[in-house]
Amino acid sequence: MEQATLLPHLFRTEYRKITSVLCKLFGIEHIEIAEDIASDTFLLAAETWGVKGLPENPAAWLYTVAKNKAKDYLKHHSIFQQKVIAQIKNTSPHSTEIEIDLSKQNIADSQLKMMFALCHPAIPAEAQIGLSLRILCGFGINEIADAFLTNKETINKRLLRAKEKLREENVKIELPGERAINERLQNVATTLYLLFNEGYYSANPNHTIRKELCLEAMRLTYLLIENEPTNLPFINALLSLMCFHASRFDARTGKDGEMILYEEQDEDLWDKELIEKGEYFLNKAAKGDSLSKYHLEAGIAYWHTIKKDSKEKWDNILQLYNRLLLIEYSPIAALNRTYALSRSTGKKEAITAAEKLGLTDNHLYHSLLAELYVGINDAKVLTHLRVALSLARSVADKNLISQKITLYSKH
Amino acid sequence: MKDFLLVFRNDYKARPKASPEEMQAEMKQWMDWIGGIAAQNKLVDKGAPLGSEGRVVRANNVVTDGPYTEIKELIGGYIAVRAGSFDEAAELAKGCPILNYGGNVEVRDIIPM
Repeated sequence: MEQATLLPHLFRTEYRKITSVLCKLFGIEHIEIAEDIASDTFLLAAETWGVKGLPENPAAWLYTVAKNKAKDYLKHHSIFQQKVIAQIKNTSPHSTEIEIDLSKQNIADSQLKMMFALCHPAIPAEAQIGLSLRILCGFGINEIADAFLTNKETINKRLLRAKEKLREENVKIELPGERAINERLQNVATTLYLLFNEGYYSANPNHTIRKELCLEAMRLTYLLIENEPTNLPFINALLSLMCFHASRFDARTGKDGEMILYEEQDEDLWDKELIEKGEYFLNKAAKGDSLSKYHLEAGIAYWHTIKKDSKEKWDNILQLYNRLLLIEYSPIAALNRTYALSRSTGKKEAITAAEKLGLTDNHLYHSLLAELYVGINDAKVLTHLRVALSLARSVADKNLISQKITLYSKH
Repeated sequence: MKDFLLVFRNDYKARPKASPEEMQAEMKQWMDWIGGIAAQNKLVDKGAPLGSEGRVVRANNVVTDGPYTEIKELIGGYIAVRAGSFDEAAELAKGCPILNYGGNVEVRDIIPM
């Protein structure tokens, strides 16, 4: 790899490892020091490598520099050192010198523990995602701002507040005990689920950044699966769901970045390997006696990997949506359930059900009703599409609805 | 919005025994009905079906099997829904599959304590 592409690549893969290891060592109250040391390491790499050329093993070079910088920092900040050393000695009483352990095992362990710390219930969901992107995924502030369609200042403020909150709550960088792990893991799962959705459903037109958000969410979920105490059925269901959705990533965007709806996608572009992985993790999820919303959503996503329509397919999807709604109501689940009802039972029944949903200010509601009235009442198709157009906000949505209006006006 | 309890009653003894296919079809009707209420965000409690056996406890430690000896109609299950009025709650109850099998739905308002 050329230096120009290698350094950003290493930043993405190594920054998060160095930060997590140092932060676990120093404690969450010193998270900024860990970040600064990691950033300084990359700054020095950029300067040195530019002059002297690439070292033989760039990652090892980064680790050595980070270790030295951490030790230097401890030497020159005696108060900090006393506190931190006291803490470290508590955990390993025999060591006299501070050991900065950048082994593969400690890196995985630190990242896992950081995940639990950052997904603490005291931190607002949006800030959890931002912090995770920064600390666990090594995203730059600009990239996070891009992902959230906002500016650097907003993200900086949000991250700063979240870090203050972590300090206030004195959040420990550790795995929760056996009794708390299930509950805390729910929180981690929610953040990973939101992180994935941010990539999969966001209005951001940047295809690359969205795909990367999805892949990062999957990588972090996989960390939980590799760790035995967190390798629980609902986490496998979550990864399965992500694999099924991600399998369609390249099929759902056209040449000019426009969205291609499920019905019109080229099946050959679906990633078969990811579909197989999704099936593998869904099988792993089929243990224990609790059925999470991730199980149900993975089941729905599984049936969508079969393009061919059948009564069986839509009956199953309808039943899965019924059960999903019993666990948790959401407007999108209600609308999708009604669509499944139209495919499983019939359009007339679905129209009656749709009109009871009480979602008249949602553009997707009107798009759904327009779809249901096709072949039944052409005037109503157009009426609902026009209302949908007036309610839609994203450019992609507006374009899709406008296309449909043109199509049905010709009838 | 108020919460209402929907109680399902039927004369279960009078019903002919259902085949596995019929039971599955009936289950689907129940799920579609409850799913439809949940899709309107009006489901408060998905409730549960009740078993066919029971005991009735009376004063002086009198416990009898029951309650079938005196009553023909048994409570077979319940759910709780959210609705603006009795009429609206009754409207939700009209889709209940038990009505296809000779049963009825009692709609009661839940008084918050």
